[in-house]
Amino acid sequence: MPKGLTLDQVVITKNGAPLVALDRHIAPGEVLTVMGPSGVGKSTLLSVVTGTLASDFRATGRVVLDGQDITHLPPHQRMVGILFQDDLLFPHLSVGANLAFGLRTGGTRTDRRAKVEAALSEVGLDGFFDRDPATLSGGQKARVALMRMLLSNPCALLLDEAFSRLDTARRAQTRSLVFDRARALDLPVLMVTHDAEDAAAAGGEIVTLG
Amino acid sequence: MKGRFLPVLPLLTLAVMLGPVVAGLWGTLLPAFGHLPAAGEFGPSLAPFQALGDWPGLPRAVGLSLTTGIGATVIALVIVALLTAGWSGTKPFRALERALSPLLSVPHAAAAFGLAFLIAPSGWVSRLLSPGVTGWERPPDLLIVQDQWGLAMMAGLVVKEVPFLLLMTLSALGQTDAQRSQAVAAALGYGRVTGWLKTVFPRVYAQIRLPVYVVLAYAMSVVDVAVILGPNTPPPLSVQIVKWMSDPDLAMRLQAAAAALLQLALVIAALIAWRMGEALVARLGKRWIMAGGRGRVDRAVAVTALAFGTTSALAVLMGLAVLAVWSFAGFWGFPDALPDTATLKNWMRHGPSAAGALWETALIAVTVTAAALILTLGCLEAEYRHNLSVSQRGMWLLYLPLLVPQTAFLPGLQSLLLSVGADVGIWPVMAAHLVFVLPYVFLSLADPFRAWDARVGTVAAALGASPDGVLWRVRVPMLVRPILTATAVGIAVSVGQYLPTLLIGGGRVSTLTTEAVALASGGDRRAIGVYGLLQTGAALLPFAVALAVPALLWRNRKGLRYA
Repeated sequence: MPKGLTLDQVVITKNGAPLVALDRHIAPGEVLTVMGPSGVGKSTLLSVVTGTLASDFRATGRVVLDGQDITHLPPHQRMVGILFQDDLLFPHLSVGANLAFGLRTGGTRTDRRAKVEAALSEVGLDGFFDRDPATLSGGQKARVALMRMLLSNPCALLLDEAFSRLDTARRAQTRSLVFDRARALDLPVLMVTHDAEDAAAAGGEIVTLG
Repeated sequence: MKGRFLPVLPLLTLAVMLGPVVAGLWGTLLPAFGHLPAAGEFGPSLAPFQALGDWPGLPRAVGLSLTTGIGATVIALVIVALLTAGWSGTKPFRALERALSPLLSVPHAAAAFGLAFLIAPSGWVSRLLSPGVTGWERPPDLLIVQDQWGLAMMAGLVVKEVPFLLLMTLSALGQTDAQRSQAVAAALGYGRVTGWLKTVFPRVYAQIRLPVYVVLAYAMSVVDVAVILGPNTPPPLSVQIVKWMSDPDLAMRLQAAAAALLQLALVIAALIAWRMGEALVARLGKRWIMAGGRGRVDRAVAVTALAFGTTSALAVLMGLAVLAVWSFAGFWGFPDALPDTATLKNWMRHGPSAAGALWETALIAVTVTAAALILTLGCLEAEYRHNLSVSQRGMWLLYLPLLVPQTAFLPGLQSLLLSVGADVGIWPVMAAHLVFVLPYVFLSLADPFRAWDARVGTVAAALGASPDGVLWRVRVPMLVRPILTATAVGIAVSVGQYLPTLLIGGGRVSTLTTEAVALASGGDRRAIGVYGLLQTGAALLPFAVALAVPALLWRNRKGLRYA
C-alpha cells in the first residue's frame, strides 16, 4: 500500500445536503491546500480526518493513512496531528509539561525531560521548560504547539488556518518552519486556509471549495 | 468512567432525582384517600379531606400560603428587574454583585433569624433608635415578627430570593446582547429603566422563567422561614402539614396527606395563574411599547429600586452581624445598642452539642455533594462523548424536583419508608438531600462544562490521549474553578435543607439547620446566634475554598486566573 494520506471519495452532508466532496491522495512530504471562504466546510473536512465530526454532519467514503483505513478509529488512535489557528496550549500545564503531554509514553523521567528540552532548543526556546504558556508571545506559542504535535510522532499533519492569527513577519517564519519540518519528516500535510499566501508558500496542489 | 458505565449515568441521575419525588407523591396520594395500613386505615375514602375541610384554620392557612408566596415572588422579581434596568454596569451594581455569592450561600433559616433579630420590637433597629428617636425605654408591645398577615415572612423570603433571581438574571444577560440594545434605546431617547424594560427584559425573562417558577413554588410551601417569621394561629398550610406529620397519633397523617395534596394543587394553580399573568403583562407591555413613552420618572424608579436592593442585602448582612453579637453577648439590656459584656460562655455551653450537629451536617453535605458531582460530571461527559443534546423538556425534568413543593412529596416519602421499615439512619436523609442538591450542582456546572473549547479536546486526542485521559488530564484540571464552585453550591444547598432532614430523618438526624429551627419557639437568642452562625459558616466556607484553591493551584498560570 502507498504511504501517505488518502481521502477516498469523502463526501460530507449536512441534513442531507451535500457540503464538501474530496477524492485525493497526499503523498509523504507533499502539501494539499484546500481554500475557500469561511463557512464552506473546510474545518469540517479536517474533523473527518481527526474523527471529531459534529453530530449534525454525515460523512461517507474512507480515510486511509499509510495503507491503514482509519475511518472508524477513535480520534486518539489515528496518529494524525493537527494545528489550529489558536495555539490551544493547555493552560494548566507548563510549557515543558505541554510537550511531555505530546511525547509518546516510554522512557525514564530524565530521558523524557531531555527529549522535551531538545525539542525546545530546536525551535530556539531553550530554558522555557518551566514557563507558563500564557506568558509566551504568539510566535513562541505557535512553535511550542508545533513541537508538542511533532513529539507525538504523527503520520500526517493537518493545518486549520494555523497561521492566520500571527502577524506578517512571524507568519512567514512559522510557516516555513512547519513546512520544513513536515518535509524533513516525510509527512503528508492537509492545510485549509483562506489566505492565498499560505497556499503559495505550501507549493502543492490547491483545491478551491465553494 | 468505563465505557459501559457512562451511557447509563444520565438515566441513573434521572432515577435518583425523580424517583423519590414520584414515590413521595404516590405515598401522599394513598393516605390522602384514607389508605394507611400502618395506622390501621384502609381506603379509599374521602374522610381525610372532610377532616381537613373541618379544620377551622384552613381558609387562613391557604390564604397565607398564596399571599406570602405570590407576594414575595412578585416583590423579589420587581426589585431585581428594576435594579438591573437602572444600574447594570454601574459601580453600585458591581458592589451588589460582589455581595451576591455570600448572600446566596446564607441558609434561609439563618437569614430569617437575622431578620427577626433586626426588626423585632426588641431587635437591633429598635435598640439603635431607642430611646433617642422613639423614646422607648422598654420594647414596645407590637407583633412585628410572626405578624398575622405574614409580612415579616414575606420580607424574609424576599431578602433571600433577590440574590437568587439576580444571579439568574446576570447569567441570562450574558446571552441577550443587552448592552447594545440599551445603547440603541438610549440613542432613540429612552431612559435607562424604560429602555431596558422595553428591549432587554422580555429576552431576560424568557431565560429566567423556570427559576422564577422555582421561587414561586418554594415561597408558597416553605417551612423553616415560616416557622421563624410566619404567623402561628393558624400557620401557613405547609407548617400545619409538618405539625400533623409529627403528631404522635398516626391517624393525623391522613389529614396531613390530604393537606399535602391541597398544597400541590395550590402551587399548580398558582403556576398556571402566573403563566396567564405573564401573557397579560406581555400584552400590556406591547401597548406600552407602542405608546412610545421615553420614561420621565426613570431616575426616581431607579433610585427606589437601588434603595430596596441595598436594604435587602443589608438586611441579610446586618442579620448575620446581630447573630454574631448575640452569640457572644453577656447581659444585654434594652435599649442598649451593644451588650454590656462579650463572653465565650454561650459558645462553651452550646458548643459540644453544636459540634455534633456540625459533624452530621458536614457528613451529609459532603457525601451528597460528592454523589451529585459524580453524577453531573458523568452526565455532561456522556453528553459530550455521545453527542447527546438536552432538550427543553430535559430542562423541565431538571427543575421538577424544585417545582414540586417539598411539603407535597416528603410526607409521602416518609410514610413509604416507614411502611417498608427503611426509615432509619442517615442514608434516607442523604438520598432526600440529593434530590435537591443534584439540580443545583448540575445547573451550576453545566454552562462552564459545555463552554469548554472542544478543540482543546481534539488536540489532546490527536496527541494520543484517550477519552478518559482528555477528561482527567485536561478538561477537569482546566475546569477546577467551576467544579469547586458547583461543590460549594451543593454543600450550601444541603446545609440549608430543613424539611428533608426533619421528615425523612424522623427526628433522629439533627443537623445545624434542624437544631436552629427547633430553637425558634424557645427564643434563646444566644443559642440561636451560635447555631445560626455555625450554619452560615458551614455554607460559606466552601465558597471561600472554591476561591482560594484555584488561586493557589494556578498561581503561576495566567491563562486560568480568570477562567
